[in-house]
Formats: sequence, structure tokens, C-alpha cells
Amino acid sequence: MSTARENILARLRAAETQAPTFDAEPQPPPEWGMREKRLRFIERMEAVRAEVIETSADDLATVLASWLASREVRSLLHDPGSRWAEMLHQAIADGAELPELIAFNREIELWKRSLFDNVDAALTTTLGGIAETGSLMLWPSADEPRSMSLVPPIHIAVLEEKQLYATFAEALEQQQWAEAMPSNALLISGPSKSADIERTLAYGVHGPKELLVLLLRDEDEEAS
Amino acid sequence: MVTKTVDFSARAVEALHNARLRGSFRDAMDDLIRKRLDHFRDETLFRELSGEGAAIRARALSRLPELLEQLERKLVSNGITVHWAEDAAQANETVLKIIRAHDSRRVIKGKSMVTEEIGLNDFLETRNVEVLESDLGEYILQLLDERPSHIVMPAIHKTKAQIAELFARKFPEIPYTEDVDTLTATARRVLRDAFRSTRIGISGVNFMVAETGTLCLVENEGNGRMCTTIPDVHIAVTGIEKVVEKLADVPPLLALLTRSATGQPITTYFNMISSPRREGEKDGPKEVHLVLVDNGRSDIFANPDFQETLRCIRCGACINHCPVYTRIGGHSYGTTYPGPIGTVFAPLQDGLKERGELLSASTLCNACTEVCPVRIPLAGLINRLRAEYAAPRGNVKDAGSGRSWKEAMAWKLWSAVYARPRLYQRLLNWGLKHRDRLPRELAPWSDSRAMPVIAEKSLHQLVREKSEADQ
Amino acid sequence: MREKPTQVLLFGSCLIDVLYPQAGMDAIALLEREGIEVVFPQAQTCCGQPAFNAGYRDEARKVARVQLDCLQGDAPVVVPSASCAAMMKHHYVELFRDQPEAEAAAQLAARIVEFTEFLVDVLRIRLQDQGPDIRVAVHSSCSARREMNVAVQIESLLEQLAQVELVHQDHKAECCGFGGTFAVKQAEISAAMVADKTAALLRCEIDRYITQDCGCMMNIDGALASQQAPLRGTHIATFLMERTGGNEDS
Repeated sequence: MSTARENILARLRAAETQAPTFDAEPQPPPEWGMREKRLRFIERMEAVRAEVIETSADDLATVLASWLASREVRSLLHDPGSRWAEMLHQAIADGAELPELIAFNREIELWKRSLFDNVDAALTTTLGGIAETGSLMLWPSADEPRSMSLVPPIHIAVLEEKQLYATFAEALEQQQWAEAMPSNALLISGPSKSADIERTLAYGVHGPKELLVLLLRDEDEEAS
Repeated sequence: MVTKTVDFSARAVEALHNARLRGSFRDAMDDLIRKRLDHFRDETLFRELSGEGAAIRARALSRLPELLEQLERKLVSNGITVHWAEDAAQANETVLKIIRAHDSRRVIKGKSMVTEEIGLNDFLETRNVEVLESDLGEYILQLLDERPSHIVMPAIHKTKAQIAELFARKFPEIPYTEDVDTLTATARRVLRDAFRSTRIGISGVNFMVAETGTLCLVENEGNGRMCTTIPDVHIAVTGIEKVVEKLADVPPLLALLTRSATGQPITTYFNMISSPRREGEKDGPKEVHLVLVDNGRSDIFANPDFQETLRCIRCGACINHCPVYTRIGGHSYGTTYPGPIGTVFAPLQDGLKERGELLSASTLCNACTEVCPVRIPLAGLINRLRAEYAAPRGNVKDAGSGRSWKEAMAWKLWSAVYARPRLYQRLLNWGLKHRDRLPRELAPWSDSRAMPVIAEKSLHQLVREKSEADQ
Repeated sequence: MREKPTQVLLFGSCLIDVLYPQAGMDAIALLEREGIEVVFPQAQTCCGQPAFNAGYRDEARKVARVQLDCLQGDAPVVVPSASCAAMMKHHYVELFRDQPEAEAAAQLAARIVEFTEFLVDVLRIRLQDQGPDIRVAVHSSCSARREMNVAVQIESLLEQLAQVELVHQDHKAECCGFGGTFAVKQAEISAAMVADKTAALLRCEIDRYITQDCGCMMNIDGALASQQAPLRGTHIATFLMERTGGNEDS
């Protein structure tokens, strides 16, 4: 195989390359304020049939509990170490009706069937959102593995308003993604969908059928 | 793999007479055109964005060999194994070897035009490896044993009723339905079982980032994520031209790709893979392989007249806007990539002898050039290829193979007349004088059109007469 | 905005020469009415586009050289046919790439102005409609629309005419299916395209369609005639002369 490599590279090196001749000013990100970003994000998300609930950290558990109840969700995959998990556990202790909370606490091989068949929903954090396109940014990790936002039929993502960026380009730059990429990084913009059958949109073809975004309003901004 | 183009015209004519097919292509393309336009009504904005897109791709190509080496270094240090394949056979063998190393008999695939190009499915099937396509459109086509007719919407030539009938036949336990949600749910169920139990996933790649060693996949369904997340091994197969220099190059290209392809501001998933499952992580493939396929690309790269073809990001906008494609559909082309990009790419890849006939399937209307998000002058390249086809220049494989003695004579004669103004006018005047005696029919023109009416006097004559009268 | 010249050269095109000379005469008359001296070099033949698009570049070059010779000078070259204009403005550079005439080709290219573009952008012509009510559609050629970028100009001229109602056919920007040798080599696809084009125009219930390109007109009119439809095309120069009282003595 290394000969293939050498041959290909040799052919490429021998070729004359053309100097790029295009005018390429990168587009500056739009200067949207928090409100503008939030409204755009919600509009885009809803346009692709995702649901956005604006709430606060304090109300998160209550809001989530009633939403889950409305969907008859019996099991919720989550990261027990996250800030939100603590709130959920507290809510349960306080008597809130929440589904069974499951942790992704072992390698997928050890419980694949159950993950595929028995988990109704998963709750993940996000790295932020993109207003222009209505996207969530996720960096799956050991605590929140990749398949959490993929396999269960419902994906619930917590997004803090102050983590909204105008564009993907702006987020990449400000969060300095290029410094160290995770094994997998994702932009998620709505539930899974396909238009492959006569261009008719169908949801949940492989990934989640539903996407709920819990958008945590920035209280500092409210005050100001 | 793909069919040979020898009988392109015959296939095109057959497709033309299939009213249902023509209607569905027209509706589908109109829809895609409208959706794209919703984003690019502002022409200045499109020009700015496409200028940026073209610049990013051109900059990457201008440093292609070093970027590929940088990409390889980064990928390897991230834990991804890199393979190089000079042609389809090497690429297929490489994939097979990885599959065999895992004692596997089955793979599940995400959408990949390059694996279509190298004929991977047929190759693996004949070596006792079962291949399951998981993109809904590709899955439907696999059940039908058909090829994609469009690079973004592979099953666009199929109606709901045809798919309903297919599913009723393949899954007799499910009652016949044309309800798309139910059909989709059936596919979901079948394919989920496969995702869960298959150990090897294969995918294509939309962009590769040299700076970070990242493979980017663009999709709506989530099957691409499934193939690259659930199985133990992920094999990505792609062309060497797909590399870009840095992560910051990705957002503009992504924006151009999804808007140009399906009129979406972004697809549901943008999946960036930089390494296999890391220590402590609980899912993701334990091995990731990248097969870098040349298959004629380095020759296109070496040809300065056609190098810009490699800027292509496979959005399919040129296809959607092509009035010829709209009439004849994707299968007529007999190539992996149909429409204008295929009309350029296939002859460059396979040679003019095999693919030259495609070059006639263009009115050079430039609808393709106008919408290309990376400013590939497609009509201009088709025209250039016609020159290669007609005259042996030697820059493209089988240059000159389209030269027919009759056609060459006709153009020689034409130029002999039109390059001699006085001879031209003498012949013209003779023709005008005998205009009643010129043929009233001349196939194939007159099969569907009346012959044009020759004027009584030429413009040359009228101008002369006028200036004499003016004096 | 470009300055108004005192003199222009007119390149009539081979199709106008043999099929639609009145369009050429009307273009000249219109320009002269605006006070422009129009020179028509008698040595002109064809821009070379047919052979160029067929891939026969040597032959195209031979013919194009004649035009380079007879269109010398500094005056703008006005072309009442957008595809020929595009050939000379954009493709001569490619055709004469690495040829001794490369500079001459670039010099000519810079002087090429499509007819409606000249009327609108250079002359800033003002038109007074003198004709009866009429309903028309415009078919801009692909070269006009996408190479010369002048699809707007023809419509802005018609909009100046008070009694002219401009309607828009569906798939207006789509090619009519002519494409030179395409009409011969892929005759059936071409026929399907022009059939769609004529159907779209006929659905508009117009009196005429107006165009700035005679290749399309030959194709569309040919199809209309063979379908025995009464609709026909009119070159923009002829239409403008007609509407503004300029054709009275012809």
C-alpha cells in the first residue's frame, strides 16, 4: 500500500498547481444581540420540527418532568455527574414524578440491545448553539457517549442561552475547536429525517424522532 | 458498477418517453431549485459565498500533496489508520482486507458516492460479504437492485406507490401502505437491528480537515452517524480531493453544500470524526480506517485545463438545474455522477472513448455554471472536453477519439467558406436566390420543427443597398 | 456608466444575415435614430461559435480571425445577438489562448456590447410607445442571461412601452433546447425541451414573444410552426422599431 501512497503523492507533486485566484473575504459573523440570537435559534429549530422550551435552571426539573410525562417516557438516559442530574435527583427526592433515570455507565457492547430497545429518551448537555442555522453543538464524552443523542427515540438537550453563537464559524473560533478536537463532535439541527420517499418528509428514520431543547434563559441578561 | 456509455442516446430517448419518470424528475428538480433559491435570492450574497467556497477549495488544491500528508500525519496521531488506493481495485481490496481481518461477513453502509464509483458493493458481494445500504434511498434501491439516479437523492426516480409495492413484497408481514411514515418506520426497524448487530460500518466523507485530522459527514437521517458510531470498525472511503486546509474552512463549505444541495440552511447532522473510541469512552468504533482513493483524480489534477473539476463538493446543484438531466434522469448517463459534473468527470476519469458521447448531452446553457457553489465553470469545461474529443491534443485520455471523418469534413468546409468573406457572400447570395429550392425537410431538425425561412436578401445586401441609397 | 460613443461597429451574426436580416436593419436604424453612426464591416461572416461549441476549435479560430480583422479599431462593437456577443466577449479569450492573436482577441472582447445592453446602459434610451395594446413574453437566451448578464435589459426596454403587457412564462430561465449541434446530436432531448418551451409560451396567451437571440428564435419558431401554432417570436430591435414608429417607411 505504501507504493500506492508514493505513486499518488508523486503524481500530485509533479503536477503544476494553479495559484488560487478567487476573492475570498470570509464573511464576518452578523452582530446579533442575545435576544436576536435566541429568537433566530428558536425559529430555525421549530422550522425543522424540534421543540424548544424556554426555562431556567431552577425550573428545569419541573418542566422536564411534565414534558416527559406527556410523552409517557419511562426511562431517561442521563449523565449522573452533570449539574442537571443533581437537580433531577433532588426533584425526585422532593417527590417529582420522573421516569427511571439510567446512566451510560458501561461500554456499549455490554448493553447494546437494551440501549436500542429499552431506552425511551436521553438527556445531554451541549457546548452551545448556533443561531443562524438552529444547531446544537455536542462534544460527546466518556460521561455522555456519542450514542446518547442518536439511539434513543427522544433526545433532550440542555442549552444555555449565553452559549448561543451567531454562526458556526464564530463558535469554532471563540471556542478554539482547532486546538484539540474530541473523538467526535456534532452539530444537531432537529430530529432525524428523510425525504427519500417521493420527497415527503418523514421523521425518525434512523436517529431520534423527537428533539427537545431546554433553553435556559440567561438571568443576568434578564436583569440588565 | 456503472454501465458503459456507448448507448447513452438510446437510454436517454427511452427515459424521455417515460412520462411518469419525466414528470417526477421535473417536479423534484423544480422543488430543489426553489428551495435553493430561498437562500440565494440575493445574488451578491451568493457571489460572495461562492467566491469564498471556490477560494477555499482552490487553496486546498494548490497544496494538495502536502495537505494530504499533513492529514495523514494528524489522522495517524489521532489513531486513525490511513490507506491509499490508486484505483478502484486497490480500494476494494483494501476494504476487503480490513473486513477479513475482523472475520466479518457483513457490513453496513452509509451513503457514499465514491464506493458507488469503485463498485464496492458488487465486489464485496462476490467475495461473500453481505452489504447493507442504510441510507433510506440507497436501501430502497438495494432492495430493487437499482443504481442511484441522483447523487443527493438517490431514489428520486421512484414513486411512493412503487416503494409501497416493494415493501409489501419484501416484508409480507406488514400490510400494504403508501403512508411514508409507516414505510419509514419499517425501514427503521429493519435497519436498527442491522446497526446493532453489524460489526463493520462503511461511510463516505464530505470534507477532511488536514489541520486537525477530522473527517466530516453531512446527513439528515442519522444512518451516517449509526455506521460511524455503533459498529466496532468504521471504514471511511473517499477521494483524495476532499481535503481542506483548516477547520475554519469548513463552515463556509458546509453552508454552501447544504443550501445548494437541498436548500437546507444545514442538515440535521454534521458529524466530525477525529479519532476512534478513546480510553475511557464507552462507545464509538474501536478502529477507524480511511481509504484515500485516487482513481484518476491525480491525472485530472495534473491537467491544468481541468484541475478545477476537483473543487467539486458534490452538492448536485448542477444536476438539479440541468435542463437535460431534468428530461432524461440520472440513469441515462450510465455514470456514477450524472448531469453536468458527471459529463465532465466521467470522460476525464474513464477516457473519451468510453464517455465522450456524454459531451453531446449539453446545450452549454450554463445553468450549471451559474449555480455551482465553488464556481466550477462546468459548461466551459464541457466545451473544452468537446475540443479534446474532436481533436487529438493528448491532454485527456483518448483525445481525438470522437473525431468522425464526416463531421471533421463538414467543419472544414464550413470554415473554408466562413473564413473567406467574399466566397461566403457569393455562396450566401446564391442560396438566397435559390431559397425556394432548398430542402424543406432536414432530419432530425425537421422531425419536430419547421425549417427556417431563408430571407430574400441578406443583411450584407440590405446594408449595401441602404448605404447606396443614403448617398 | 459608459460614455456614449459617436460611432459603433455592428456585428450582425450569420443567422441574422441569412434568416432575420430585418432584425439587423432595425438595430441599425434604432442606433442611427439615437444619433450613432453605425459601421457595418462587409467582411464579417460568423463569430465561429458553431464550430467552437462542437469542439472544432481550429476551424472556429480560422473563422474568428476574419472577425478580429474586420472589427479592428476602438469603437464599441454592438451585437444584436447575445450568444454571438458572448462568443466574442468571453470565448475568444479561450479560443485564442496561447495564440499570436491573444491580445487582439482580448482587445475586441473588451469592446463587445450586446445590443439591449448598449441601448439601456450606454445610450440610456427613452422610448415612446406608439403601438396598440399587446401582450408579450420575453425569451432571453441562456447566453444573454448567464454569460452576458443582460436578461434585465430587454425587459426594462419593454417596460418603457406603455401599451405592452409583459407576462412571464413558467421555467422562463430554462434553455429552449437549441444548443447548436445539440439540436442535431441529441435531437430527441432537444425536441422535448423546445416542446416544453413552446407549451409554456402558449399557455401565456400572448401575441408575440420577444427575444434578443436569433438561434433560440429559429428553434422556438420552428417548433411553433410545426405544431401549427400561430405564435411567433420577434427580435427586440424589430419590436422596438415597430412600437416607436420607426418602421413606417419600410
